[in-house]
Amino acid sequence: MVDGRLLTASASPHFRTRDTTTLIMLDVILALVPALVASVVIFGWRALAVTGVCVACCVLFEYLSRRVMRRANTIGDLSAVVTGIILAFNLPSTIPFWMAGFGSLVAIVVVKQMFGGIGENFVNPALLGRIVLMVSFPKAMLANWATPFAWRGAAPDAITSATPLAILKSGEGDMPALLSMCFAKAGCLGEVCGAALVLGGIYLVVRRVITPVIPLCYVGTVAVCMFLRALTAGEDPLTFTAYELLSGGLLLGAIFMATDYATSPTSTSGKVIFAVGCGLLTSLIRLFGNMSEGVSFSIILMNILVPHIDALTAPRPFGVTREKRKCKKDGEEAAA
Amino acid sequence: MSKPLSDVRSAVGKVRGGVRVLHHKNTAQCPIVRVPAPQQVVLPMQMHIGKPCAPIVKVGDAVSVGQCIADSAEYVSAPIHASISGVVKGIGNITLPNGRVSQAVTIESDGEMRPFEGLHPPKMDTRESLIEAVRASGLVGLGGAGFPSHVKIAFKPGTIDTLIVNAAECEPYITVDDRECIENAWNVLSGVNILRILLQIPKVVICVEKNKPQAIRALSDVARGLELEKGVVTVMRLNSIYPQGAEKVMIYSATGRRVPPGKLPSDVGCLVMNVASVAFIARYAQTGKPLVSRSLTVDGSAICEPKNVRVPVGMQVGEVIDFCGGFKSAPHKIITGGPMMGLAVISTDIPVLKQNNAILAFSEADSLKKETDCINCGRCAATCPMHLQPGSIARVLRAADADTLSGMGAMVCMECGSCAFACPAGKPLVQTMRLAKTIIREGAARNG
Repeated sequence: MVDGRLLTASASPHFRTRDTTTLIMLDVILALVPALVASVVIFGWRALAVTGVCVACCVLFEYLSRRVMRRANTIGDLSAVVTGIILAFNLPSTIPFWMAGFGSLVAIVVVKQMFGGIGENFVNPALLGRIVLMVSFPKAMLANWATPFAWRGAAPDAITSATPLAILKSGEGDMPALLSMCFAKAGCLGEVCGAALVLGGIYLVVRRVITPVIPLCYVGTVAVCMFLRALTAGEDPLTFTAYELLSGGLLLGAIFMATDYATSPTSTSGKVIFAVGCGLLTSLIRLFGNMSEGVSFSIILMNILVPHIDALTAPRPFGVTREKRKCKKDGEEAAA
Repeated sequence: MSKPLSDVRSAVGKVRGGVRVLHHKNTAQCPIVRVPAPQQVVLPMQMHIGKPCAPIVKVGDAVSVGQCIADSAEYVSAPIHASISGVVKGIGNITLPNGRVSQAVTIESDGEMRPFEGLHPPKMDTRESLIEAVRASGLVGLGGAGFPSHVKIAFKPGTIDTLIVNAAECEPYITVDDRECIENAWNVLSGVNILRILLQIPKVVICVEKNKPQAIRALSDVARGLELEKGVVTVMRLNSIYPQGAEKVMIYSATGRRVPPGKLPSDVGCLVMNVASVAFIARYAQTGKPLVSRSLTVDGSAICEPKNVRVPVGMQVGEVIDFCGGFKSAPHKIITGGPMMGLAVISTDIPVLKQNNAILAFSEADSLKKETDCINCGRCAATCPMHLQPGSIARVLRAADADTLSGMGAMVCMECGSCAFACPAGKPLVQTMRLAKTIIREGAARNG
């Protein structure tokens, strides 16, 4: 007590970073803005409407489910907004709004809150929302792509039935020019402008929200696999690889979904294993699977392995040598 | 004539982890000023790690500066000396900032600061006489830990090959070690020479963070003047990253050696001493005046005139703050030590201890952060200089038994606070680690 006023006593440290969960989520939202703008330019106001519906539903479901569970309200941390945007980015612009709302319900209530809320979900909520929609409504999700920029032209409702990735897979139809693939292509809302996604990714790395390990290893692994495939198939390896990297949700997945804190390993070596695994699975699904797209499934599958990767790659405490840890384990086994 | 000799080097081992904290070294240009003698001092019998001392004076005894007033027969302990001259007014119990209750001797000043007649420069010409003299001086680690120095230097001859002088001062705000190097570089090097020669240590590394260029220049100038062989005394510039000054981190930076969990610096051939302790040994060798005063940084947003001061041990914290102009705004939190590892106190009615190196007073109320759910961002693990996973330990704390926690390395934690500093969810991770250690110790006590 000083001059009759009580002093605050608390444990050290008495300084703390100004970063909070809310600020981190705000950074992620900012990083998603370029891709959102791009999708509005490419698909028109419906892109914004789908995103708005997803965000509103996610925040509402987060609020309601916390309320029903009698837990503290957490919409202020903005994680539901991020989930909403990313879910919208995984949907075609033509999706009926009620389906977008249903996807939000699955993502927030089933995947996130039922497992304990932020940080406790074991798979990426937005991705599982997308997969549930894909399995439930395959036609709306997989065969109804708006033609880029058609909304400004004569036929505003022009629909194409194939994304570049599907064309690449089936070999039927004409691929768009490589350069236009960087900026606009048919596909889900968020994945259509590779340049905007990379811009957002760079922002996240600069702000130290993510490290570049997962995106680089993921994309790199896919690049190597596709390069080898093109070599064996006798195609031009560089063009084939470039098309594969720019097609589908690879960049969106690698930059914004595989890097989700709750569902990716914390150590650098763990991140490498996780990202290479994602890359291998994506390549396998794309090259040999039934579906044309494999990013969602590969990230979800690797999400499930994260606890094991974390256990395998737990750092050794400072000063503990490899031999010592092994000796200790052997000793424990002998004792048991 | 051989060329000199002492050089400035950069770190050998690259530290992983740590956090970049704002330095706030506002007082780096403030020379250390001597505080006028207070009316009374309170000298706790426990100002060191180890057994407390017992008073050897009685109420009513007249004492003078430097007179031994308390000692202990235990090995790990350090005698305590009167820091002002006057009369012993009382012997009672006080509560120290860490919550421990300790016996304390209160001395009322006669205003004369009369030195004790028995003081004379000690005999320091062999290893044994050095250890004896350091014990008699009452020296404890002045960097904050307060471990009796004579115990530290009483290692088996030949087992230590490197003396590391810790002048990193990685805690924000504190600048007394920096000032010590700038103002008394000669003392530092002379202390280095005493330790190096009498303890037969072939190599000395003086570690300073890069954000103290003046100190680095002052030390390397004097070191060059010694004209020793190359590599005997090195000044090392370390990256300014918290907790660079932590013992294990510093040893790794200076030598590339890693101290295994549960081991001591001596197990890897190193002796680490704070720069103020080393300079004190040099002063003691000249004057024979034991540890009765120490330098402090007084700073923080609530302090009127931030200063570096030299105060008698046992002076009230409140009086030291008054000397610095008092509070300019109502203090919200007062800390002894640095903001990362220091102790928040509940009153200024406590004495300055031998190992205190700063008094900080803050008026902001933002120091307590709202706790939210862990988002598994991994920043606690990424910043841990001991490569632990505080977040994972927090997750298993309630469920896990002592063995699991100890397997996760919780005992290695030195409570530097990097994890809690970096946590965006505001988790009290230092308390988590303390709790984990308590569980492990209790488990060990039950089993053993």
